Amino acid sequence: MLSPKLRNFGYCALLLAMIAAPFVLYPVFVMKVLCFALFASAFNLLIGFTGLVSFGHATFFGGAAYICGYALTALKLPTEFGVLLGTAGGAFIGLCVGTLAIRRQGVYFSMITLAMAQMLYFFYLQAPFTGGEDGLQGVPRGHLLGLLDLHNDLVMYYVMLAVSVGGIALTIRIVHSPFGQVLRMIKDNEPRAMSLGYDVSRYKLLAFVLSAALAGLAGSMKSVVLQSATLTDVHWAMSGLVILMTLIGGMGTFVGPAVGAAVIVALENKLGDFGNLLAHWTGVELFRAVGTSVTVVTGLVFMLCVLTLRRGLVGELVHVMRWKKDKQVK
Amino acid sequence: MTKLFKSSAIALCAAAAIGASAPATAQYSGDVIRVGFLTDISGVYSDNDGQGGVEAIKMAVQDFGNINGKKVEFLYADHLNKVDVASAKAREWFDQQGLDMLVIGANSGAALALAKIAQEKKKPMFAVTAATARLTNEECTPYNVHYAYDTVAVARGTGGAIVDAGGKDWFFLTADYAFGSSLEKDTSDIVKAKGGRVIGSVKHPVGTAVNFSSLLQQAQSSKAKILGLATSGDDLINAIKTANEFGINKSMNLAAILIHITEIHALGLNLTQGMYLTDGWYWDQNAESRAWSKRYFEVMKKMPTAMQAADYSAVTTYLKAVKAAGTDDGDKVMATLKSTKISDMFTKNGAVRGDGRMVYDMYLRQVKAPADSKYPWDYYKTVKTIPGDQAYTTKAETKCAFWK
Amino acid sequence: MEIFGVPLQSLAAQVFLGLVNGCFYALLSLGLAIIFGLLNVINLSHGALYMLGAFATWAGLNYFGLSYWWMLFLAPFIVGCFGVLIERMMLRRLYKLDHLYGMLLMIGLSHFLEGLFRLFYGVSGKSYSAPIELTGATDIGFMMLPNYRAWVVAVSIVVCFATWFAIEKTRLGATLRASTENPELVDAFGVNVPMLVTLTYGFGAALAAFAGVLAAPMVQVSPLMGANLIVAVFAVVVIGGLSSILGAIITGLALGVLEGLVSAFYPQVSATIVFIVMAIILLMRPSGLFGKESA
Repeated sequence: MLSPKLRNFGYCALLLAMIAAPFVLYPVFVMKVLCFALFASAFNLLIGFTGLVSFGHATFFGGAAYICGYALTALKLPTEFGVLLGTAGGAFIGLCVGTLAIRRQGVYFSMITLAMAQMLYFFYLQAPFTGGEDGLQGVPRGHLLGLLDLHNDLVMYYVMLAVSVGGIALTIRIVHSPFGQVLRMIKDNEPRAMSLGYDVSRYKLLAFVLSAALAGLAGSMKSVVLQSATLTDVHWAMSGLVILMTLIGGMGTFVGPAVGAAVIVALENKLGDFGNLLAHWTGVELFRAVGTSVTVVTGLVFMLCVLTLRRGLVGELVHVMRWKKDKQVK
Repeated sequence: MTKLFKSSAIALCAAAAIGASAPATAQYSGDVIRVGFLTDISGVYSDNDGQGGVEAIKMAVQDFGNINGKKVEFLYADHLNKVDVASAKAREWFDQQGLDMLVIGANSGAALALAKIAQEKKKPMFAVTAATARLTNEECTPYNVHYAYDTVAVARGTGGAIVDAGGKDWFFLTADYAFGSSLEKDTSDIVKAKGGRVIGSVKHPVGTAVNFSSLLQQAQSSKAKILGLATSGDDLINAIKTANEFGINKSMNLAAILIHITEIHALGLNLTQGMYLTDGWYWDQNAESRAWSKRYFEVMKKMPTAMQAADYSAVTTYLKAVKAAGTDDGDKVMATLKSTKISDMFTKNGAVRGDGRMVYDMYLRQVKAPADSKYPWDYYKTVKTIPGDQAYTTKAETKCAFWK
Repeated sequence: MEIFGVPLQSLAAQVFLGLVNGCFYALLSLGLAIIFGLLNVINLSHGALYMLGAFATWAGLNYFGLSYWWMLFLAPFIVGCFGVLIERMMLRRLYKLDHLYGMLLMIGLSHFLEGLFRLFYGVSGKSYSAPIELTGATDIGFMMLPNYRAWVVAVSIVVCFATWFAIEKTRLGATLRASTENPELVDAFGVNVPMLVTLTYGFGAALAAFAGVLAAPMVQVSPLMGANLIVAVFAVVVIGGLSSILGAIITGLALGVLEGLVSAFYPQVSATIVFIVMAIILLMRPSGLFGKESA
């Protein structure tokens, strides 16, 4: 592994960069990145460390967004209650889906998560409290603990930063704990884990619920930051997106999913600007069309990543550094 | 070799990410009028609005020129039909680029979210392709202008005019979500109010592979004369196709409550002939519209939909109001907007009401038979004019809190 | 006579229509089942290949003046070749890895293809009419059946049966099945296993494209036509047992009939019914109705 000193230095540098970020970049954009970074990290807990591929993770993210949004708009609860309720909601939906899905392995597990997510999608579409295709709008940011005015983008940013860093730190803690060790053992060799006497199903279910809860936290925060919760958040395309984020960043790394989230959010929001920039630099007008071809670019990135950058950006970085270190030792 | 490739790939990504997220100088500019446009440019609504809408607004900005010496700038972006992308972009434009006015094309969810943001920033917002009538009812704001059409207008227009023309017995094929249900309800209400009958209806799930054949069978066995299609987009297109395949259009008249000329074009006159629809503008309706459409055609190589024309008209109307008010201050411009008449290539008698609803005459059209179509895109004959105050929600019915 | 408020005649029509659609589902599922059963690849780009087949049909007529009958053979061939290319250049590298990477590659491919076609052809799609010989409808007593749909039923049954026969009963099929179970051994017999694998993928892609050709006169040819269908087709294949050819065919037919019945009584649920059934089946019988339990 990387030397702990280097790793901690890396984390500190990243944290400092994130603290300074809102003064350099547009805060709402970075907050969006943070939401998805947390979502992707939650997903990574399942896929990178437990080896479970969930095809319906958006249902926890979006479902929690709806619950939190509803709590804040219709029930007029204070912000922190809404977020807690949303997270709990995510965990609960995770429990329901997980209990059924855990019974099967491999691709069948994935298909069950997809099936349940699809069924829930139609539920969200019909249920009056979600606002259907119009979505839940005008979610108030409110005041955190009655003190911090979250309408101020800067204040909201630091709260969001604290939450996502906390969430990601939690995933790191989970992975390093004895519980996490068992999860990794299950990923590597499930029959062996069973033969050693571990109740594999219980562990998998707990990992599933934890992942769903954190995804729910991300979703609730997203509904507060962007002040809306819509069908986009529970659509299977969103499930696909979080898989892509984790893949690009690096499954099984800690910072990977966050990096992947940053790349994808930047792609969606900034591709048009990037295209205009390219057109500006090179004088080739065709580049302007890049902004309208996000799906094409996303598809290409997907394919390239799977074929060449299989470990993800961060994963490859770690691999390169380790290779260099091994070379040094020799 | 691969290691080098991988390292460079990572470096390139990092550079791109940094380059792409560099913000424009965050200054509020009083010397430039900035108009922003968010719509679906690459997804399911891209034909009805999309890049065509962008080009239409570019024409509007170009035609209008400077306002009292100040330049007009135009920003646009694809929101991918994702409300979070639309919200983030709109906020960024308002906060960092000094946006003065926002135009939202498709879709309704995004329009509702953006209306809240525009209200927060006290800047005018024009909703064009988004059809939800809630924008001027439950979700009305003093900074909203709902241009072109809404679900109530098309429902009343189509329903009322068809009943008047003799189509009294209806059966509905409805998209199973709020949009479809509200279309069906508004149309049913007017049909019944005018003495017609609603024999039955069937709901179809949205978007996924739909088996229209069985649903249309039910429509046919109801023996109704009019098939009301309370659905839109791909589902509508497939429903019309299936209706033709099973010969249902021989025994029933199809009434597409919400359809755009691009969809008629995609289906062809063979499948759509005789179908009724309501809209507020058609490229061939008068000399002015033809002239403008010709210019549009040169850029886009297809005729504009009512939405794209509305984009042009909306921005022109806004710029006229800014010129008249002498300022780009949101409140003053809104006041000017609500007190002027709109007369341009889009409509001759439009006006923005207190609740933000732009009211103007709509038209009942019928799609021509292939034999009657003399030149490309010659698709409609106009059956009836529907006066604006009959088409749109009246003051007595409105759910808008501040317009009573 | 009425059952739960639906007249018997109408019910019969719904079931029959359901059967018609079921044949179509069976054809689509067949390609997926073959690719998974023989290659262990979950071909999530099946919808995009289906879309390519439909577009090829349209393009054949509009750019080259080739009729529907030509395209019935040409389109699957073209898309099959494209499939061979994909397998050779991209899929091949992922066989040693987890299923996941193959799936992700296929997702990326479908995004790319659908986005590309959307860029050039727009979303509203193109209209394609059935060939003259197959237009019109016949009165079969309880409903008017469009001749084209009858044709789809006939062709689907023939193709499904022929494929099943080829794979389960012929020597080539046996070699194919053996090479997935034990590639080294089959290779030792002198069979060019990689070539077989490539051709199989190409065949699966061709089947998808064939379904696309059949679909072109029935639905609007649009870049997103596959995306909407693929999720449901996957559910069908999973219910049938991922690698079972017979399972895919029978489940496809059954699903069509089920959808028809559901449409008669409670249409709103017809989109989710396949998932509900899938979840139930998977919980009771993990490897699907006809599948074999494998690690």
